[in-house]
Amino acid sequence: MSKAILYDSTLCVGCRACEGACAERWGLPYNDRVAAEEKISAHKLTTIETHGDKYSRRLCMHCAEPTCASVCPVGALQKTALGPVIYDASRCMGCRYCMQACPFQVPAYEWSSQLPKVRKCNMCYERQVSGQPTACAAACPTGATVCGDRDALIAEAQKRLAEKPTEYYQRIYGIKEVGGTSVLYLSAVPFEQIGLRTKVPREPLPKLTWQVLELVPDVVSTGSVLLGGVWWITNRRAEVARKEGRRK
Amino acid sequence: MTRRMPKLTVWRAIFAAILLTGAYATYIRVRYGLGGATNLSDQFPWGLWVGFDVMCGVALAAGGFTLVATVHIFNIEKYKPVLRPAILTAFLGYLLVVVGLLYDLGRPDRLWHPLVMWNPHSVMFEVAWCVTLYTTVLFLEFLPVVFERFGLHRPLNWIHSVSVPLMIAGVLLSTLHQSSLGSLYLIVPEKLYPLWYSPILPVLFWISSICAGLAMTVFESWHSSRAFGRALELPLLASMARVLAVLMTVYLWIRYLDLHRRGVLHLLAQNRVETWLFALEIALMAVPTVLLFQNRFRFHPPALYACAVMVVFGFIANRMNVGITGMEAASGTHYIPKWTEVAVTLSIVAVGFAVFRFVARYFPIFEAHPSREAGVALHAVAETVEVGRR
Repeated sequence: MSKAILYDSTLCVGCRACEGACAERWGLPYNDRVAAEEKISAHKLTTIETHGDKYSRRLCMHCAEPTCASVCPVGALQKTALGPVIYDASRCMGCRYCMQACPFQVPAYEWSSQLPKVRKCNMCYERQVSGQPTACAAACPTGATVCGDRDALIAEAQKRLAEKPTEYYQRIYGIKEVGGTSVLYLSAVPFEQIGLRTKVPREPLPKLTWQVLELVPDVVSTGSVLLGGVWWITNRRAEVARKEGRRK
Repeated sequence: MTRRMPKLTVWRAIFAAILLTGAYATYIRVRYGLGGATNLSDQFPWGLWVGFDVMCGVALAAGGFTLVATVHIFNIEKYKPVLRPAILTAFLGYLLVVVGLLYDLGRPDRLWHPLVMWNPHSVMFEVAWCVTLYTTVLFLEFLPVVFERFGLHRPLNWIHSVSVPLMIAGVLLSTLHQSSLGSLYLIVPEKLYPLWYSPILPVLFWISSICAGLAMTVFESWHSSRAFGRALELPLLASMARVLAVLMTVYLWIRYLDLHRRGVLHLLAQNRVETWLFALEIALMAVPTVLLFQNRFRFHPPALYACAVMVVFGFIANRMNVGITGMEAASGTHYIPKWTEVAVTLSIVAVGFAVFRFVARYFPIFEAHPSREAGVALHAVAETVEVGRR
C-alpha cells in the first residue's frame, strides 16, 4: 500500500507546527525569521503559504511517476514502493536537472556549500518504514495534514467533499496532476487561488523524454549499418575508379 | 640564449585581462561555491554555464562529425583541407565543454558518476555517455596529427586500421549527443516558452548543429588564413556555404512548420522580451541564408565571413534562448549572469582560441600549407602513410 499525505486547506490555521517539526526532523535551524520565509528552500523543506485568509502548504509532491527520478543521470532520486521519493546524496553530482525538470519547482540546492546537496522533503521515509506518521502530520494540531494510505486518504477526501459541498471546491488536487501525486490537497477555493500549479500536464512527464530515448538503440543500429554501407559503396567506387584509371 | 619578451599587442592584453579575471572568478567558484559565483537560484538552476558553455560549445563543435562524415564516409574528398581544423575545433570544443561542466556541476569531483551509476531513462545520462565517448573518439581522430608531427609511423598505421569504425561511431555519437541536448528540454513542456518548446527539439538541435558546425569551419578557415598568411580555400568554402544555405533553408522551414502546427505563431504579436530575442535569433539565421544563395556574396571573402559569423551567432542565440530566455517566464524569477559567470565563460572561449592557434601553428592542421616548423619532413611522412594505406 502506497503512503500519502492529505492537506486540507480549510482546516489549516497557519500555526506552522508542521514547519517546526520538519526542521527538527532534519536538524535544520528554525526561528521566526525562517518561519517568515514563505518559500521552500534548502533550509526549509516545507512551508505554509498565506493567500489572503486562506493557507496552503508546499512540500515535495512525491509524484507517482516522478520527473526528478526519471531525469537524474545517476539514479540519486528514487520512487519507493512505500510512496516517498527519496534522495541519495552520495550519488548526486549536482547537475541540477531534477530542479530544472520538476513541474512543481520543489528540489532546492545548497548553493553556498562547497559540497552541495539537493534538499527536498522525503515524506519522512525512515519514520514511515517503521510505521510512524510523518513529522508534519504528527505535529499538526487541527488534522489539516494527515498521512496514511493513498487510497484511504482519497476516500476520506471524497467523503469530506460530499459531506460539506458548500465549504469545498469540489475537486482533489493530486489525483490526476502529472499522473498522480502522493500529496493530495483540498481547498475552499479553486487551487490556483492558493498557489497550486493547475497548468501542469495530466500525464506523467517522464514519457516525454523516454519516447525519444527508447529510439537510441534503433538510431545506433540503423545508423551504423547505413553509414557502414555508404562508406563501403563510396570507398569501393573510388577503388574501382583508381584501378580502372591505372589500367588505361 | 636570452628569451625575447613576447610583443604586447592589444589582443594579447585583452587575452591576459580575460584570463586574470577568469582566474579570480575561478577562485570565487572554488571558495564560495555556486552561490557565490553565480546568480543561479532554486527557481533558476541552469544559467550561462549550461546555456552557453555546454549547449553552444557542443553545437559549435559539430563541424567535426559533419566533415568526418562528408570526407571519409561519403568520400567527398574535396573537403579534405578543412577536415582537420574541424576535428580540432570539435576536440577542443568538447574538452572545453568538460571544463565548463567542472565549473557548473555542484560536485565536479563526481563527474564520473554517470559512467558507473546508470539511469537509462535520463537524457542527462545519455548526454554524459555521449560526451565521454565522443571526446575519446575525437582524441583518437586527432591523434594522427600528433603522430605525424613526431614521425611515429607504427601507431599511425595502427590508428588508420581502426579509423572507419571509429569515424562511424563518432558520427553516431554526435548525432545522439547533439539531439539529446534538445531532448533535455522535452521534459519541461509547461516551463519552456512555446516559441521554443517543441516535441521535435532533438531533430531541430541536430540539424542546427550541422549548420553551426559548417559555419564554424568557414569562420576558422578565414581566421587561420589571416593568422598564418595562407591563401583562403575560397572555392571550397563557397561550395560549403552553398550547402549551408540549403540546410539553413530546410531548418528554417521546419521551424516555421513546427510553430505553425503547434499554433503559436500568434505569440509573435506580443511585445515581450521572448518575441524580440526570437526575432533576433531568426534574423541572424535568415539574413545570411538569403545572402549565401548569391554568388557575389559567397565568393566575396568578407561577406562570406560575415555570413558565417551571423550563422554562428544565430545558433548561439538559439541555444541561449532555449536554455535561458525561454525558461525565465515560468521560473517566476529574473536571471542575469553574475560577472563571475561571464568571466569564466570568456576565459573558456579565449583559451579555446589560444589553443587552436597554438596547435594550428605547430601541428599539421592545414594540410595544404603545413606550418613552417613541421615543414618538409611531414610531407614525406604523409606520403609514406598514403602509400601504406593503399
